[in-house]
Amino acid sequence: MILIPCPWCGPRDAGEFHYSGETTPRPDAASATPAQWRDYLYFPANPRGEVTETWYHRMGCRQFFVLQRDTDTNESIPPGRPQ
Amino acid sequence: MLAVHEFVRLVPGRNAVAAVRAPSHPRRRRPPKYGALALLRHGLSGRPWPRAWADQPLRDSYDVVIIGGGVHGLAAAYYLAVNHGITDVAVLDKGYIGSGGSGRNTAILRSNYLTPEGVRFYDRSMQLYRTLAADLDYNVMFSRRGHLTLAHNDSSLRTMRWRAEVNQMQGIDSEVIDPAEIKRLVPYLDTSAETRYPILGALYHPPGGIIRHDAVVWGYARAAAAQGVHIHSGTEVTGIDTDGGKVRGVRTTKGDIATPVVLNATAGWSTLVAAMAGVRLPIQTFPLQAAVTEPVRPFLHAVVVSGTLHVYVSQTDRGELVFGASVDPFASYSTRGTLEFAEGLATHVIELMPALSKVRLLRQWSGLCDMTPDFSPIMGGTPVEGFYVDVGWGTYGFKAGPVSGEAMARCIADGRAPEIIEAFGLGRFGAGELVGEKGAAAVGH
Repeated sequence: MILIPCPWCGPRDAGEFHYSGETTPRPDAASATPAQWRDYLYFPANPRGEVTETWYHRMGCRQFFVLQRDTDTNESIPPGRPQ
Repeated sequence: MLAVHEFVRLVPGRNAVAAVRAPSHPRRRRPPKYGALALLRHGLSGRPWPRAWADQPLRDSYDVVIIGGGVHGLAAAYYLAVNHGITDVAVLDKGYIGSGGSGRNTAILRSNYLTPEGVRFYDRSMQLYRTLAADLDYNVMFSRRGHLTLAHNDSSLRTMRWRAEVNQMQGIDSEVIDPAEIKRLVPYLDTSAETRYPILGALYHPPGGIIRHDAVVWGYARAAAAQGVHIHSGTEVTGIDTDGGKVRGVRTTKGDIATPVVLNATAGWSTLVAAMAGVRLPIQTFPLQAAVTEPVRPFLHAVVVSGTLHVYVSQTDRGELVFGASVDPFASYSTRGTLEFAEGLATHVIELMPALSKVRLLRQWSGLCDMTPDFSPIMGGTPVEGFYVDVGWGTYGFKAGPVSGEAMARCIADGRAPEIIEAFGLGRFGAGELVGEKGAAAVGH
């Protein structure tokens, strides 16, 4: 069982969550070119190691939060209480 | 219950006869090294078989370096040598050959995809697979079983009809059949209306089947080595040297190699290898798990797939049931299996075939899938001259091995992508021309 540390609910089974993908800065909607949008949409970093991701606790508090995770070991770094 | 044609398939001599009628590569045929007579002679004498190919020293330069010793990399090396006469080729793998996705997939072959590009492409692969045993002189145990994709709701039934139409337009044997016909083909399937997700119909693809995936890898490796290709297992690439936008060489744990051409065929690790050449790929790595049961008496002839229940099942020649499912729900490079997978799989398999409730799982494993945004591969050149990719194979790479090898060999020999893979170029993501293949397996849609 892989545990995901939800900042509101504590460590919970990964099956309760929805994985939203890597967290990357969204381009400015007013000025971004199509190429910038496609880059944002299609090109993840896909690192083997630590990555910053967005997760959604769909079967719990139903909050989105940012998580640091190692894609090699699946270990998460608890994010602490959100500000 | 093993049908007569299956016994015929196991005799290499008969495969050779079939291939002489329809050779895919015009070349001189020697008597098969592993033919029926040779097997009998060896069986009686009891002498050990000689090694199929020799280890070669790593040279400091090659015309072509292929990173990844799976079915794609080895097939590309084989077709470079056989179709284009390019034999100064090295295939590098950080593990042993076939240690990645090529030895971890569920070995299902089919060509009933949804887009015309996809159908054409995978059908060429099926053609090559059909005569592969004779072409490579290696019994790859291709078994034509028939392939059923079940529909449990109206929207999947509609997609099945759509796929059947596209398939038939491309000349592929593919049709939608009703539950009575499904029951006739697979008697152990629960086709009653009382189940949680009743079976409404299926897309039936008679040419689909299964093959022995390790034999495909070894067959390509042996045939490529016989042409002079060097296969270096246990050789990890640590860097790719480029200069002025061109590939100059590859650095490995066994020494440096100067080369003008590098092919990246590393599936789940492809973004890491491409990054060494400064190329970004629209790929994210997800594990895909599979499992196998203890062997039981042959009872399941066809390959059965259910997208709604996220499961596919086939029975090997040895009697084991091989199961696959969906990719894991989050990106990872970890190949550890999970209990959630085994639980979910068992639930769904028993819903489909209640008679299997007492069958025990022997083992489960996981492989890394290089998923692209449009469930289609990325093949051809990159902005770096001489750096080619054959990646983004996600959950459908094994069945495409032969055609990918053939197309990439042509691409490298000609310096541009042949027509059959034009739609799969890396440039399509920047241009917003995604392929949108919804006929891919093991993806939730």
